[in-house]
Amino acid sequence: MPREGVLVQSPYKRLSTEQVRQIHDASVQLLRDPGLMCYNRRAAEIFHSNGAEVSSITPSDSPCWHVRIPEKMVSQALESAPKTVKLGARNKDNTLILNGDEPRVFFVSGSETNIWLDVDIETYAKKSDPGTEILVPEFRPRRGTLMDLCDSAHVCEHLETLDAYIRTVNIQDKDITPDNKDVNKFFASLNNTTKHFMAGLTTLSQLDNVVNMAKLIVGGEQELKDNPIISFITCLVKSPLQFVDDTTETLIEICLRGLPTVVSSSPQAGSTAPMKEDGIMAQINAEVLAGITLSQLVNPGTPVIYGSVPVRARLDTLGDSYGAPETSQFNVDCVQLARFYRLPCYATSGVCDAKTPGMQCSVERLFSDILVTLSGPQYLHCAYGLLDGNSTFCLLQAVLDDAHFEMLKFFLRPPRIDQSEIEKTLKQIREVVATPQKLYIRYIRPMMRSGQLSAPYPFEGDGERDAAILLAYNRMKELLQKPVEHLDEATTARIFNEIPGILPRLNVYA
Amino acid sequence: MGDSLLDLIVQNVTQGRASQDDEGLEEGWEGQPGVTELVQKALDAGVTAEDIINKGLTAGMVIVGEKFESKEYYIPDMLAAAEAVGAAMQILEPHLAKSGMKAKGKVLMATVKGDLHDIGKNIVSILLRGAGYTVKDLGNDVDTRSIVDAVREERPQFLGLSALLTSTMVQMGEVINELRETGLRDSIKVIVGGAPVSEEFARSIGADGYGADGFAAVRLVESLGPSQQ
Repeated sequence: MPREGVLVQSPYKRLSTEQVRQIHDASVQLLRDPGLMCYNRRAAEIFHSNGAEVSSITPSDSPCWHVRIPEKMVSQALESAPKTVKLGARNKDNTLILNGDEPRVFFVSGSETNIWLDVDIETYAKKSDPGTEILVPEFRPRRGTLMDLCDSAHVCEHLETLDAYIRTVNIQDKDITPDNKDVNKFFASLNNTTKHFMAGLTTLSQLDNVVNMAKLIVGGEQELKDNPIISFITCLVKSPLQFVDDTTETLIEICLRGLPTVVSSSPQAGSTAPMKEDGIMAQINAEVLAGITLSQLVNPGTPVIYGSVPVRARLDTLGDSYGAPETSQFNVDCVQLARFYRLPCYATSGVCDAKTPGMQCSVERLFSDILVTLSGPQYLHCAYGLLDGNSTFCLLQAVLDDAHFEMLKFFLRPPRIDQSEIEKTLKQIREVVATPQKLYIRYIRPMMRSGQLSAPYPFEGDGERDAAILLAYNRMKELLQKPVEHLDEATTARIFNEIPGILPRLNVYA
Repeated sequence: MGDSLLDLIVQNVTQGRASQDDEGLEEGWEGQPGVTELVQKALDAGVTAEDIINKGLTAGMVIVGEKFESKEYYIPDMLAAAEAVGAAMQILEPHLAKSGMKAKGKVLMATVKGDLHDIGKNIVSILLRGAGYTVKDLGNDVDTRSIVDAVREERPQFLGLSALLTSTMVQMGEVINELRETGLRDSIKVIVGGAPVSEEFARSIGADGYGADGFAAVRLVESLGPSQQ
């Protein structure tokens, strides 16, 4: 049985049907005029051979082609792109079925951050009364490592609301090189979680090593097709409307192998896209449509996910402002556009501007997590543990996030109201009204035992002081002590024999 | 026979089942005798009221208390068990004298004049009954004179006063003053509770104690012990 995720009964719509159509039309116009600047020769040739108007741009620092994509080519691609994408998993119970027509949301970690935030709990004494002490979390940022990635995958395995794992931290150990990064990233993750694993590829030359590793885990090529335990994120777009060379090449190769991939664009409203909502929507949609069109020209029917990471610019630094309400507006709009095309959608929420766990972080994250979830994206990159935009990952924050997704999932349970339930409830009311105490408390118990009532917030302290971070810290430690379901010894041995570059310290059987 | 009935009483107290119509915590209990039916059966079988209380009801409540402490049980479970015990105590009351066993004490409960809120008072009443006390509930919006009259007539060991409003909690002080003026104050322990009430307020009006919630109220009554009449 695949994972259930949470079905949003009546997805929140920000745009009217007419506005969605208008954005689509605007995107189609952009793909013709001004069209794309394509820095990848192969993609330009594929577009050209399929009837797009392609011309070489000279002079240019690097080879570049101007590609004008006709509407018909986009329509055909949208027809051939699968409406349902399966994301497999080592444990088949963790399989995800993303159906473009069904607003069933799966919650996912990510992105790849450079900084790992360690947490220590220190004791401070009150100056005026040294006998009075408090515990204070202290955060220490440092560069992420391979073992951090293992720990993150391990804890994410045990976060119940987390449906799939996108690598959370960029591995920056001294012995990690561009040539061994991908195999180590994939092995560290796959060896520590049985959930679906998605990542970007650092070096195209490592694609086959990564795919072969996945084949060894599931038992062969057909098995991997049936149970694609890995998938990819390809950010082939550089906004506005440019296809970069290397990622475009990566997308082509992934599509040729028929593995699921997110075709993603991440424009920033105000700098690389218009600040106005209609402008960034028309542009990001054009960029994603262009990528999807290329994927279907390369391999019709290859599974692709409509990927959107729109964000608003901060006006003080021109950095990304993920905490801004506009960022959530843009993401909700993208979910609606993907649904218009009946494609599964990778949307973004939960990324915040706050640098450490705390109040700002909670406000920003919950704001976007609730709103974007309610719009019903199939694959919600809701950024468990992510802080400071895309810069920092904190395991403790991921544990805190799990608790609020539990609440969100509970909220989205369908109402249990029908005539039979109403009859029972009326009987109950009549019974209680006839008693001297007039209390319904005894009727809570069956609901409580059958899981119909939400659990209390798990990080509520006993006293008046907010204890959420301290309690989540303890929970994080508990999760780190839980057993890890590693790959078996024989598979591990085969992977180490056949896939070059995996660092020996990842071999738990050595 | 007696032992197996007592075991069943223990089990039904922990399931929070007062009667055969009640659901238990687990499936399959509905339709089987609950605490009240079992207590009657035990009496019919010649089991003493003392054994029913000590080896059945109290033993069950001890388990419920432990489960509550370990967070296996929640307040609704505690209340359901207390309700079952309270209902059983009503059946047992006439038999207590015969067995030579004294009731733990009588508590008079009231929400004070001007205040219609009675949830807290009702919960405390249920829990006190479950703990083996005889509880007389005067209701809500009870004026001072009626409370004092009831104290004089019922001769309880404890008076529990409840208020939810800052405007009505002052009535608690009025009741205590009236008890003092009528010479009844020394015969009774007065405990107070309710959202706006505090330990400090309780002291300021001369109450004997303050319970922050129902369980604290029961602990308070237990700690104050039988009043010297």
